[in-house]
Amino acid sequence: MNDIVKISKISGTALPMRGNDIDTDRIIPARYLKEVTFARMGEYPFFDERYGSNGKKKDHPFNDPEYRGASVLFVNKNFGCGSSREHAPQALNRFGIKAIVGESFAAIFAGNCTMMGVPTVTVDETAMRQLMKSVEENPKTEYTVDLESKTLTYGDVKVAIDLPETFRSALITGSWDSTALLRANLAQVKETATKLPYMNNFAG
Amino acid sequence: MAGKTLYDKIWQSHTVGVLPTGQTQLFIGLHLIHEITTAPAFDMLREKGMDVAFRDRTFATLDHIVPTDLRQRPFLDQEAEELTQALEKNVKQFGVEFFGLESANQGIVHVIGPQLGLTQPGMTLACGDSHTSTHGAFGTLAFGIGTSQVRDVLATQTLAMDKLKVRRININGALGTGVYAKDVILYIIRKLGVGGGKGFAYEYGGAVIDRMSMEERMTVCNMSIEGGALVGYVNPDDTTFEYLKGRPYTPKGEAFDRAVRYWRSVASDADANYDDVVDYDGKDIEPTVTWGINPGQSVGISENLPRPEQSADPEGAKKAYEHMGWTPGAPIIGTPINVAFIGSCTNGRLADFRAAARIAKGRKVNPNVRALVVPGSAEVKKLAEAEGLDKIFEAAGFQWREAGCSMCLAMNPDKLSGREISASSSNRNFIGRQGSPQGRTLLMSPAMVAAAALNGKVVDVRQYE
Repeated sequence: MNDIVKISKISGTALPMRGNDIDTDRIIPARYLKEVTFARMGEYPFFDERYGSNGKKKDHPFNDPEYRGASVLFVNKNFGCGSSREHAPQALNRFGIKAIVGESFAAIFAGNCTMMGVPTVTVDETAMRQLMKSVEENPKTEYTVDLESKTLTYGDVKVAIDLPETFRSALITGSWDSTALLRANLAQVKETATKLPYMNNFAG
Repeated sequence: MAGKTLYDKIWQSHTVGVLPTGQTQLFIGLHLIHEITTAPAFDMLREKGMDVAFRDRTFATLDHIVPTDLRQRPFLDQEAEELTQALEKNVKQFGVEFFGLESANQGIVHVIGPQLGLTQPGMTLACGDSHTSTHGAFGTLAFGIGTSQVRDVLATQTLAMDKLKVRRININGALGTGVYAKDVILYIIRKLGVGGGKGFAYEYGGAVIDRMSMEERMTVCNMSIEGGALVGYVNPDDTTFEYLKGRPYTPKGEAFDRAVRYWRSVASDADANYDDVVDYDGKDIEPTVTWGINPGQSVGISENLPRPEQSADPEGAKKAYEHMGWTPGAPIIGTPINVAFIGSCTNGRLADFRAAARIAKGRKVNPNVRALVVPGSAEVKKLAEAEGLDKIFEAAGFQWREAGCSMCLAMNPDKLSGREISASSSNRNFIGRQGSPQGRTLLMSPAMVAAAALNGKVVDVRQYE
């Protein structure tokens, strides 16, 4: 049985990634989905906008040495829209991101992050404007995401954060790593199955 | 007390229990798997010493990386070969039914499930691909999931899920000539936004939807996720039952009659309660073309490109113009293209090829255009060839290929190069989507792609209809 990892507080410096509707093809180009494991995903986030075709580094928050070592990512609306590829949150997480704060997240992406123990929490438009400004002005700022009190603190500023109660509960109790939890109910699963008409040739 | 939606009914009958987190443990009636998202999931199962809980509800195929021309093994692409071998090894070890490269049933997961009669009304369905919403066309709750969730479905045949709200979308009236299911869903996404469906399942209805064939309904449901809706569905009806009759995995004889009774019962009640209802009229929908870098950035064929300041997201529009290079206010008609792609889980079925072939028949692809037609499955290819569609396409100068996801996401050798512009019947126009970071994608219906291929530029397909 694997150890339960409870996630309630994440502290660290931040990285701002501006723009609405940032999609999973940008986060991780499809060619990297051909790798058999997730091991190298941390090398690839936003690859095609960080590197030119000649391999030269471009100006990009993920290349900026000022934000090196950041564990919190700031984003705008509908972040992670597009594909269900778990490679996207894997790339961000293995790059070093442990929590994402945004105005809104695409459904599959947020679910994938939670399954990996990476909280995706929301703040309103005004708060995100201020957060991005604060990190761009001082990249050394420390941010703390607290899932128990549902707050994000930096300096003497406290911002309200939100996330679905089910995700919050999963992260805090450690049951975000869901297989064991679901598998424990295998007997009930089989019982539910037998009652479904298509599972018994519609025997009525 | 108000009646129930299909969503309510299927959610209820598939609920195993409520988890300590508050999420529902939901039984998954059908699990479709393909080579991309599954290797790590099977590895995790092996690590934990678990087996596949319901082997007979699990079906696998190859679609994303499979070449559509030279298919000799080992594949020229070493990574594609490695991934394919991993899936072959896993399905053998875990005892899962596999429609491999040589199988007559091979194809895009969302094409073969329905074709085989595996996808049936009143089921929940999961697959490690966001366009799983396609299967909602049959009155299923079909979820696109990530690798860790694939692991959960393999190990437990369940998912931990939160219940969604339901938005009923009525497409009333009728569609004009030359306007197709693809235009309907592009219109809906344009209206409601790419994030508009967040937290919702979309139930599509109204006279236009009622009149649609199953293949057309699949096109609509396929792109639900592009509108932010995890789930999209159409209530099952006689069109659905007629389609399913006689398919390999559909019940036969008396069991079929009993099945139809069950299937009818899962449709939304006439007095069902919806969280939101929107109404659109078919006559307002034109042949539609995306001009930007997300599926919501589209215009009707007679319209001019929008000015960023007038857009709901001016920053997003500006970024789109930067990448695409168009001039705001210019007409979309006349936009040149270099590549034409007809295929994908959105529009890779027989009806799509018939519509495109009608346009292509007796005409020639513009000499500056590279045009590909990729069947959604080996079965679709066979049926299309039986009708001579392949001959029509080849005579016109289109390449006729083997089945796979192909240029939709360019994980196989079918890619754009440099700044090439494609007219594509697929579902995403994100930057880099079709294999080149500078490539540009215009999404449209298969008939519109055919028309663009003939002219070397975007035209109004209605001139041919």
